[in-house]
Amino acid sequence: MSENEPLILGIETSCDETGVGLVRGHTLLADAIASSVDEHARFGGVVPEVASRAHLEAMVPTIRRACETAGVKPSDVDAIAVTSGPGLAGALLVGVAAAKGLALSLDKPLYGVNHLAAHVAVDTLEHGELPKGAVAMLVSGGHSSLLAVEDITEGVEPMGSTIDDAAGEAFDKVARVLGLPFPGGPYVDKAARDGGDRAYVTFPRGLTSQRDLERHRFDFSFSGLKTAVARWVEAKRRDGEDVPVNHVAAAFQEAVCDVLTRKAIDACKDRGYEHLLIGGGVAANSRLRQMAEERCAAAGIAVRVPRPGLCTDNGAMVAALGSELVRAGKTPSPLGLPADSSMPITTVLN
Amino acid sequence: MLLAFDTSSAAVTVALADPVSGNVLGSSTTVDALRHGELLAPAIAEVLATAGVGVKELTKIAVGTGPGPFTGLRVGLVTARTMADVLGIEVVGVCSLDILAKQSSLALPVAVATDARRKEIYWALYDGPAADGSRRRLEGPAVDKPAEVAHVLAGLPVIGRGAVLYGEVLGATATGASAGSAAGTIGAVGDEPEVVEYPSAEVLATGVVTGTLQVTAPDPLYLRRPDVTMSGGPKSVLPK
Ligand SMILES: Nc1ncnc2c1ncn2[C@@H]1O[C@H](COP(=O)(O)OP(=O)(O)OP(=O)(O)O)[C@@H](O)[C@H]1O
Ligand SMILES: [Mg+2]
Repeated sequence: MSENEPLILGIETSCDETGVGLVRGHTLLADAIASSVDEHARFGGVVPEVASRAHLEAMVPTIRRACETAGVKPSDVDAIAVTSGPGLAGALLVGVAAAKGLALSLDKPLYGVNHLAAHVAVDTLEHGELPKGAVAMLVSGGHSSLLAVEDITEGVEPMGSTIDDAAGEAFDKVARVLGLPFPGGPYVDKAARDGGDRAYVTFPRGLTSQRDLERHRFDFSFSGLKTAVARWVEAKRRDGEDVPVNHVAAAFQEAVCDVLTRKAIDACKDRGYEHLLIGGGVAANSRLRQMAEERCAAAGIAVRVPRPGLCTDNGAMVAALGSELVRAGKTPSPLGLPADSSMPITTVLN
Repeated sequence: MLLAFDTSSAAVTVALADPVSGNVLGSSTTVDALRHGELLAPAIAEVLATAGVGVKELTKIAVGTGPGPFTGLRVGLVTARTMADVLGIEVVGVCSLDILAKQSSLALPVAVATDARRKEIYWALYDGPAADGSRRRLEGPAVDKPAEVAHVLAGLPVIGRGAVLYGEVLGATATGASAGSAAGTIGAVGDEPEVVEYPSAEVLATGVVTGTLQVTAPDPLYLRRPDVTMSGGPKSVLPK
């Protein structure tokens, strides 16, 4: 790490995590998170107003905690980065207003960044400089996309995305069917690891038939898979049989990971890229990580996945992207920066 | 220097005042119900720049705590809290209905009613002004349907946006004076109706300096629980 590199503070409030990260260059100094997930759990999904209220209460304490962890004062910060979108409008607005309050008070530049690009940029904190030319697979609660990335500070080019549910959404819905808590991804992952038999049932692989590949080569579909799992489980229950949760979790997860890794590698081959980046909450999945390692190794592709803690929403990823933008000399955002709930994936900086 | 702002109404209002005299050094107000998040920070920067005051010269921040539409209200509160925290200065809150009451020049007890959306009003009742201009809050703040509280507000001049929107409902049982559609006060017995629709940061600033507005922690007055759409159990996907 170079002491001369600018210190970037990143704020994330697009969903239910209040995240504040501090990054210098590619070095992570603090990653403070306050989550309102427990307040949403009983509703089986994130309640926007509950999340927004929690962000307001958590903001100052989380900023303080990040500074304490990093051993810096707010006045040491050289630039503020904040998730400008996409996400829940009211939740984003709290983070954006806080970031402006900091930028105003510290007289430092403000960068309103894309949450999804931040999920990709976070890997710099673990594995350094991003490769020039890579496919990024973004798999989260709201998105499942394959992106061609030459230079993250310039933008990303969408290659394909889900035509229905996001991968994380499929995990969450299947978890519900299996009676596992919210958010379901980590519980499905754990159930599968606890003796789940991946070959117990073969669930459908969406958009992989020859016919589908012609039109949807790099797109995903998880809605049919989710329904197939639900039907299978319901039929068992109707017949009074026990549902082998571990096996079903493993078999479902296998179907998701199989399609994701196959299409990601195909996308790399299509572009002639030798690097695959994986980001977003589902990138925390142990089977996806393992399968990506194996299949990429066989295909001669280097795969980079940040550690699980950096895959789900956090402030460090926002600071990481901010750090790249500052280094690239990008023009900061105006103080009139909006919270942009439907910010397109192609816009990295607002 | 004291920086004051309120985002609890459709207006984004900012003022800068001398912390001893309460003299207002600059202010800005823009009415745009949907763009609080975009307007507040540039307005603060502009008020400071126009007055030639650096942000490090701020000694205190005062913010309206609502009640008001939640999304806009939070913009003011989170801005006040973060600015005060990193600047290491005090931050206080003031009920936004109190600010409106203080804006009335009537030498009478008044009611304040603002737009709570969903056909409801945020309201409170106040005594006539004391010698120093302060008004004691007698009831509220609360949120209700205008017709349900019309009898409570009966006979009182009504200040604020609620008077514009629900003049007839509130006015009918008030003094019977005609409800001016552009005015923010109804039932001002005999007087010209006042136009007091939105809280003013200038009044907030001077009220805090002179101690004629009661200060609290900078915490939101939501008055309503969060809306929750409960999700039911998993739907059956098997053919019936
Ligand atoms: N180990 C895991 N296995 C599978 N899924 C996981 C795992 N850990 C987290 N997830 C899933 O990741 C999702 C959350 O990821 P993330 O926080 O990136 O999404 P989000 O921020 O809600 O959505 P987006 O980033 O698209 O706005 C949830 O759907 C969760 O179930
Ligand atoms: Mg995310």
